[in-house]
Amino acid sequence: MKGSEILLEALKREGVELVFGYPGGQILPTFDALYKYEGFKFILTRHEQGAAHAADGYARVTGKVGVCLATSGPGATNLVTGIANAYMDSIPMVAITGQVPTGLIGNDAFQEADITGITRPITKHNYLVKDIKDLAGIVREAFYIASTGRPGPVLIDLPKDVQVAEADFIWPDAPKLRSYNPRYAGHPGQIKRAAKLIMESRKPILYVGGGIITSGSSVELLELAEKTGAPVTWTFMGIGAFPSLHKQSLGMLGMHGTAYANHSIMDADLIIAIGARFDDRVTGRLDKFAPQAKVIHIDIDPSSISKNVKVHIPIVGDAKQVIAQLLGELKRKPAIDEWLKHVEGLRKKYPMGYKDKGKILPQYIIQQIDEVTSGGAIICTEVGQHQMWAAQWYNYSRPRTFISSGGLGTMGFGFPASIGAKLGAPDKTVFNIAGDGSIQMNIQELATCVENKINVKVAILNNGYLGMVRQWQELFYKRRYSYTPITSPDFVKLAESYGAVGIRVTKKEEVRSAIERAIATDNTVFIDFHIEEEENVFPMVPAGEAINNILGGLA
Amino acid sequence: MRHTISVLVENKFGVLARIAGLFSARGYNIASLAVSETLDPLVSYMTIVVEAKDENVLEQINKQLNKLIDVITVTDFTKKEHIDRELVLAKVKYSSREKAKLENIFKKYVGKIIQRKGNMAIIEAVGEGHQIKSLLDELSKFEIQELVRTGKLAISN
Repeated sequence: MKGSEILLEALKREGVELVFGYPGGQILPTFDALYKYEGFKFILTRHEQGAAHAADGYARVTGKVGVCLATSGPGATNLVTGIANAYMDSIPMVAITGQVPTGLIGNDAFQEADITGITRPITKHNYLVKDIKDLAGIVREAFYIASTGRPGPVLIDLPKDVQVAEADFIWPDAPKLRSYNPRYAGHPGQIKRAAKLIMESRKPILYVGGGIITSGSSVELLELAEKTGAPVTWTFMGIGAFPSLHKQSLGMLGMHGTAYANHSIMDADLIIAIGARFDDRVTGRLDKFAPQAKVIHIDIDPSSISKNVKVHIPIVGDAKQVIAQLLGELKRKPAIDEWLKHVEGLRKKYPMGYKDKGKILPQYIIQQIDEVTSGGAIICTEVGQHQMWAAQWYNYSRPRTFISSGGLGTMGFGFPASIGAKLGAPDKTVFNIAGDGSIQMNIQELATCVENKINVKVAILNNGYLGMVRQWQELFYKRRYSYTPITSPDFVKLAESYGAVGIRVTKKEEVRSAIERAIATDNTVFIDFHIEEEENVFPMVPAGEAINNILGGLA
Repeated sequence: MRHTISVLVENKFGVLARIAGLFSARGYNIASLAVSETLDPLVSYMTIVVEAKDENVLEQINKQLNKLIDVITVTDFTKKEHIDRELVLAKVKYSSREKAKLENIFKKYVGKIIQRKGNMAIIEAVGEGHQIKSLLDELSKFEIQELVRTGKLAISN
C-alpha cells in the first residue's frame, strides 16, 4: 500500500466518517487516493480555517474526533487558528497536513512551513512522519491522544515522499504509552474528604464547566445536584451541562453571567468545581473571589488544579467517574435551607432582563429562536455580543447543543462550526447566531453549505458595529468608536448569489415569522436582523473587578 | 529560588523543543540544562535548573512537564536527597610566576590542568555548585579567556 492509502485505511479503522479539507501540492498523493474513495465522506471547504472549525464543530456535537486535512505551508498555517481554538476548548481533533518531501525539509522549499514547530504550543501533541513504517501507528496514537484524558488537537505532518512510499499495512494494537496514562478514577481518600466537606457545608454551590460535557456526565451531575440540593452555576463552556430551567439552576456565571450566580458564588462557603478551570472571565479579580469558600476541584488535568485559586481538596479524575464515586459517599443532604432562601432572594433581587426599545432587540430574537425550536436546536455562535446574548437568552437543556469558541474567542468560528455540527447531527435544527462582523470572517463557507446541501440557519444580529468592542469603547474609552463601525454587503443578495436563501428583518413583528420560515426552508438561510445598534450585553463585570461588582442594565 | 528538576523523556526529535517551549511560553527562565541519552537509547535524561519565584510556579512547571506526552517522569530535587555536580572547562592565562599559584588552587578542588600552551592553561574542574563558585572566585585573579560549564547534573541517592 502507498502511504496515502495507509493513511485513509487508518482513518477508516479509527471510525472516521467525515473529513474536512482542502487540496494542494504536497498533499496531492493523498487527494489522489481520495478520488472516488468511499471509506468516509470528504467535505471540501473554501478555506482551510473553515475545515478546522468544521471539524471542531463536528467533534463538539458528536463527541467524536474531528478530522481536517490540508496541504503544506499556507494550507497548514491556515489551520493554525482552528487548531488553537480546539486546544483552548479541549476539543478532540486530528489535523493532517502535507509536507515537502523529507529531503527538502529545512530548505525553505516552496510552500514549506515548520508546522510541527508552529503548532507545538497549540496541540496536545504532534508528529512529523519520517518513515512510512510509522504511519499507521502514529495515526492510531494520534486518535488515542486526541480523545483521551483532557482531549485536544493532535497534528500529523506527512511529507509527500512518505505519502507515495510503499509498505504493508499493519494495524498496531491499541497504543500503550509509558509516558501518558490519564487518570480517570478519583483518589478514594480525597473523595471521602470531599463528601464530608459537602455534607458539613451550609452554603455549597456547584460550579461546573466543559468537563461535564466532555466526559458525558450530565446525568451524574443532575443526580449530584438533586442529592445535595446545591444550586448549580456553569461556565460558558459548561452551557448545556445542566438543564437551564431546573429549579436549582443559576445560569452562567462570570463576566456576562447572571448577577445572582455571581453573588451566590461570592457568598458560598463551599465551591464544588467540576471540569472547570477558574478562568479569569469567571473569577474576575482573584484576590476578591469567593473569600469564604473552601474549594473542591475535580478535573482530569492536574495542571488546571491550584493554577488560579487555592484548592482545599483536589481530585484528579474524570468527572463521570468521580461524581459517581462521590454519590456513593454522600450519606445525607447538607443542611442548606437558609442558603437556598438566600439564593432565591438574590434571584429575585437581581433578575435578568432588558428594556424594550423601538428597534428589534437581539435578546428578543434569541428568545424567539428558543421558543420556535422549543430549546431543542443546536446553537452555534461566532464571537462577540451576539455570542453572549445566545449564551444568556436561550434555554439549553442538553449537552453538546451550544457550540461556541470559549477560550480563544475566535471570530469566524461559528459558521464553519455549524457546518460540522449539522453534519454531525443531521436531524437537528442548527442555528449559527452571528454578528455582522464575525460572519464576514468565514463567509466563503456559504459555498460549502450550498454545494453539500448543508441546511444551517444563520441569524445575523446586524448592528453595524463590531459590537462587543464598541461596548467596551462606550464603557471604558469614552465612546471613542475607533474602527468599530463596520459596513457589510447586502446579506440577502449575498446569500442568494451563492444559491442560499436570504431574509431581511427590520421590524419586531417580522422576527418570529422569519425564524419559522427559515426553519421550514430546505436550504441554507441567512436572516439579516437589523437590530438596535447600541444595545449592550448586561450584566457585565468589568475586566479585573470582583465578580459581584456588576454593571448594568436591569440586571 | 533555584530548583533542580530532572526529567526522563522519550528520546525523540523535537522533545527538547517541547520542553524549552514550555518554559519560554510561560516566561520561566532556565538557568541550566543538561541532556543526554541514558543506558536505554530510547530514553534521555535532562537535568534542568530553573528559577521559580514561588511554590506555585514550581508546581505548575512540574505539572506542565508531566502533561507533555513525551515526558516519562519528572523529579523535583528541591526536597529530595540527591547528589549534583557540574563540570567546568576554562582557558586561563597566567604568567610564569603565577604558575605555582595556579597549580596550588587545584590542590583544593577536584580538577586539573589538562593542557598548557605557552602561558595558557586549559583547566577542568568538577564539583558541587558552591565548590565551582569558589573555584571561579579564585580563578578570577587570573585572566579567564573562555569558560564553559555543563550546567548541573543531578542524581538521587
